[in-house]
Amino acid sequence: MAGHIVPKKIYFMVFASLMVLTALTTLAAYVDLDSYLGLKTIPMNTIVALGIAILKASLVGLFFMHVKYSSHLTKVIVVAGLFWLAILITLTLSDYTTRNLHIPNPPESWQASITQPTR
Amino acid sequence: MADAEAALAHSEALHEQFDDLEQQHEASNLGMWIFLATEVMFFGGLFAAYTIFRHLYYESFVAGSHLLEVQFGAVNTAVLICSSLTMALAVRAAQTGKRKALMVFLLCTMALGLVFLGLKFHFEWYHDYLEGIVPALHFAPSAEHLALWAKLHVLPQHVEMFMYFYFVMTGVHALHMVVGEGIMAVLLVMAYQGKFGPDRFNAVEMSGLYWHFVDIIWIFLFPLLYLLGGRF
Repeated sequence: MAGHIVPKKIYFMVFASLMVLTALTTLAAYVDLDSYLGLKTIPMNTIVALGIAILKASLVGLFFMHVKYSSHLTKVIVVAGLFWLAILITLTLSDYTTRNLHIPNPPESWQASITQPTR
Repeated sequence: MADAEAALAHSEALHEQFDDLEQQHEASNLGMWIFLATEVMFFGGLFAAYTIFRHLYYESFVAGSHLLEVQFGAVNTAVLICSSLTMALAVRAAQTGKRKALMVFLLCTMALGLVFLGLKFHFEWYHDYLEGIVPALHFAPSAEHLALWAKLHVLPQHVEMFMYFYFVMTGVHALHMVVGEGIMAVLLVMAYQGKFGPDRFNAVEMSGLYWHFVDIIWIFLFPLLYLLGGRF
């Protein structure tokens, strides 16, 4: 028989974890973690929010999407997709974060047209 | 006799180009994951662009994020996670040959998807339109917002840029949800006709992969768009 039948218990445990993590990430947004932890230069709120998101996505992928029970070939495709995404983001950012870009503000006329409420 | 019937059902489930059901399942699974990898690239472009502009105009993006209501984003995240659970259970019902359970779980998934879309359209986008924070269609922020942004040294154009990202990313995500609803409707009809069983559930499982993938996209959109910069 093809395909792996995952015990219901695992699905419910994953579901409960996802719900708890959703509550956690929402609550964390209301706490200024940077100053609470005394870390002025590290964006702790962003790191926590993205860390929880990656954890949640991994849970969905591994259990709901059966990656944990899939063949090595499928796992290679999954990792390759994520690896290319990492290339896309890190290489682009390595450019934008290291060059001193002088991006001009929009022209005054544009600003004037927008700061007048039309209603 | 029962063996002969089982063998017949088995041969009907197996397409002629495959050696056995195992290989057929592997081919479906691999094909679906390659499609999802292209979807990662599709959304990845948006995520990369978002990251660049967030880097360039961080304060403006925080101001834009504060225009969104966290509670709707959080509730919708929970709704989508519930729908992922019912989808996983639907796949399991198909694998174990429980036709009635499969139909119930598919209906639950569709209903939860509609709840998500309803919340999105009615309580968020429509409200945003009335408030005048929809780029291109109706961008006329209130005097309070403009005063606040002036105090934060934030240009309305850059807040508008955030709103572009918000609407394009959630819009493309919602479009995927609508497509998912259509797929679920087809699966529901097929399940009603008894086309799935322990030997033939690939269509349900592969549609499930799609549904979970769309859930994962939202799992990232929620913190990136709604929780940006915190709410303290």
